[in-house]
Amino acid sequence: MGIGLNHYLALAAIVFTIGVAGIILNHKNIIIILMSVELILLSVNINLVAFSTYSGDLTGQAFALFILTVAAAEAAIGLAILVAYYRNRNSIAVEDINSLKG
Amino acid sequence: MQADAWFFWIFAIVLAVSAFAVIIARNPVHSVLFLILSFVCAAGLFLVMGAEFLAMILVVVYVGAVAVLFLFVVMLLDVDFARLRQGFVEYLPQGLLIALIVAIELIYVVSGLGPSERAAAAATPAGTLANTAALGEVLYTRYFYFFQAAGMILLTAMIGAIVLTLHHKPGVRRQDVGAQVARPDSVEVRKVASRAGI
Repeated sequence: MGIGLNHYLALAAIVFTIGVAGIILNHKNIIIILMSVELILLSVNINLVAFSTYSGDLTGQAFALFILTVAAAEAAIGLAILVAYYRNRNSIAVEDINSLKG
Repeated sequence: MQADAWFFWIFAIVLAVSAFAVIIARNPVHSVLFLILSFVCAAGLFLVMGAEFLAMILVVVYVGAVAVLFLFVVMLLDVDFARLRQGFVEYLPQGLLIALIVAIELIYVVSGLGPSERAAAAATPAGTLANTAALGEVLYTRYFYFFQAAGMILLTAMIGAIVLTLHHKPGVRRQDVGAQVARPDSVEVRKVASRAGI
């Protein structure tokens, strides 16, 4: 049985779902939430590269590159915010981040 | 089965298992290490699909930079991770149920596509251009403005991360070159007694 586009799409769907479940399950640990977001973006990249390969068009790979860029920037900014927040409040528990509630 | 099918199944199974381990590991350091494993497996999948440049970029950028950054932050912050895991078991049934439903729906959608063979005109036709060169030709011509925008995003992220984490401790004496140079008596000639010093 050859490997087709649907195999890659199903794999990406599984990884995406694992990422979403990770956000739900680790809703108190913001580091694991950031890792789950990385998993979701990785699944999007798998989708884009699979479509690029199976449709014979490099556009998907170019866009996967841009998503990679944005994901790296997002991780850097998110972790910087985390470090700055920890320095001010000595905690990174999501339930402690409630100063903005009206 | 062909070689690429074998590699697909190996990488796909390891990717799914390690992605699952990321979200259920007790120790966040283990989560980061499983995240690295899943990135490496995704890079292998990209290689199977013929996207060599993206595979290398995934290893360099994600494994080399992002995952190490995660590892650094996890080890830097002294956090009570046991407290952060409270409610994990409580939310496990609902979380897994929702995940299972979403996964079944998504896989049902994509399984309707039927087995599609690799496109006759591959993204990078063999013998013409390497994947990296072909991607560069697209990136620097058709998507040139997107490329510039990506550069701006990275610049913004760099400046933002520096501004967020840079902080000067009060009471630390620093060298002020301007004040040193602007001293009126910055050049001074003194007669020093022999063997005495200043």
